Amino acid sequence: MIIIFAVFLLTLLVITAIAIVRAENLFVAVMLMAIFSLLMAANFFILDAADVALTEAAIGAGVTTVIFLGALSLTAENEKKVELSRGVAMSIVTATTLLLIYATFEKPKLGDPEAPVHQHVAPWYLSETPKLIDIPNVVTAVLGSFRAYDTLGEVFVVFTACIGVLFLLSAKNPADKQSRRTPPESIGLRHHLIPKVVGRLLFPFIVLFGLYVQFHGEYGPGGGFQAGAIIATGIILFALLEGEKTALAAVPHSVMMAMVAGGALLYTMVGVVTMFMGGNFLDYSVLSSNPVFGQQMGIILIEAGVGITVCGALLAIFHAFAARENY
Amino acid sequence: MSMYVIVSIAILVTMTLALARALKGPSVYDRVLAVNMFGTKTVLLLAVVAFFYGRPDFLDLALAYALINFVGILAVLEFFQSQRNDDEEQAKEQEE
Amino acid sequence: MLEQVLYVLSWIMLTVGGFFVLVGGIGALRLPNFYTRMHAASVTDTIATFLVLGGLLLQAGLTIATVKLIAILVFLLLTGPTASYALANAALLSGVKSNATFRKVNGKGSKSGAGQETSVNQETDASQETSASQENNEEQSK
Repeated sequence: MIIIFAVFLLTLLVITAIAIVRAENLFVAVMLMAIFSLLMAANFFILDAADVALTEAAIGAGVTTVIFLGALSLTAENEKKVELSRGVAMSIVTATTLLLIYATFEKPKLGDPEAPVHQHVAPWYLSETPKLIDIPNVVTAVLGSFRAYDTLGEVFVVFTACIGVLFLLSAKNPADKQSRRTPPESIGLRHHLIPKVVGRLLFPFIVLFGLYVQFHGEYGPGGGFQAGAIIATGIILFALLEGEKTALAAVPHSVMMAMVAGGALLYTMVGVVTMFMGGNFLDYSVLSSNPVFGQQMGIILIEAGVGITVCGALLAIFHAFAARENY
Repeated sequence: MSMYVIVSIAILVTMTLALARALKGPSVYDRVLAVNMFGTKTVLLLAVVAFFYGRPDFLDLALAYALINFVGILAVLEFFQSQRNDDEEQAKEQEE
Repeated sequence: MLEQVLYVLSWIMLTVGGFFVLVGGIGALRLPNFYTRMHAASVTDTIATFLVLGGLLLQAGLTIATVKLIAILVFLLLTGPTASYALANAALLSGVKSNATFRKVNGKGSKSGAGQETSVNQETDASQETSASQENNEEQSK
């Protein structure tokens, strides 16, 4: 039954993807992207990947729509027509599709326990996690401890991406300078009474839920990345309701930058401290006299680092789009 | 067990109908409406499937969507508002 | 005994909830103009949500899942109608017309009559629109 649901959702996903590519109005494309993300999360969930589904939910439902709309308000409404020779594109797409279809012939069946991916290191993770780290969510153990190098890399990817976006958006266009009108100051939705009241009511719960996801990540689906995105969404909600200025007064640029750098720094520092205490880089067992407790402490610390960086990066990108003219 | 399946199928069919509305339009507001509806249906689907799997911990996900979906819709509203303001200003400039 | 009653009750709530979800979906696709479609869609936001999540609540018993379900229910019941209100407000301010049904119902008479009806409806719509925007201006001036 579940497999039928999954196939059905995948079909809807393909239809939505084709519609996004074919949509010429960019606002329509943004709306369809929101549906795409919802479908994606439902699909991940049905395939039992709760952590990934939560990531998709945290990013796709709120933040991406907001950032896309911010970008859309800086560009034209319709897609620019590009005249390219269709033959080359079509042949490349066809070749890639055929190659991918050919590759699926060798793939093991969905959920096959004999599949190579389930025979390699996964059984070791499953059997050793209770012994070495003693937390129920193996995904968190893998991401936070066994593969902490990879996660460190991801944090620096977020860090770099944030810096890149800020650089691009802060570039001034001298030719455009005179023609640009001074934009009306963003007043937010403070004149819409009902959304304002409900939004204010919701805001503390979003932040609270973010903290829950952050600190409950060892037990249920969640972790630093999702929590950072959810808390950023809460603050973006505040910015939408009260206007740019109030939100920037609450969380100024300097704090955002400190968060982006500080989270990544915290992660790295944990690794350096473990080295000073006689272990390998990011080997948390030495943090405490009890290695299992040391592992747990290390995971909580690095998850906090991930959450802080992601939250700061998303906020900085949001404000960069929303306050583009002020740069 | 079977009642979960019935509800899931109803929700999936409605998701398809909402997707059809989002593809058809005709106005942008219809599309926003479809997205909003799709979001609510996703929350319901996630909740039902969590029970179907017998893993109520996964309700966290539905909770995340229930909280966050609203932000997207508010962002759309703010976008419309700022666009209206822009249009009004442009009209004023043209008059001048 | 009580368990069986609860089971049957949750069965009924879930099935009826599924029915309402379906009705809302069909309405959102088939109804003729934006405001009627919105009314159909909001059925799924309120009664259908209430019935489906209520049915699940009866299944959950008293666990942490109950708390989460109640939280989901409360948040959905708060945000769904608010989003509908905000959307309807935005559509009204930007002048989305709602006279498509009037034309169909009143258009049974002669052709010229139908034309008059339409123009009258457009006038009333325009007046509604201006009054709405006036209200908005008043709010903003406050």
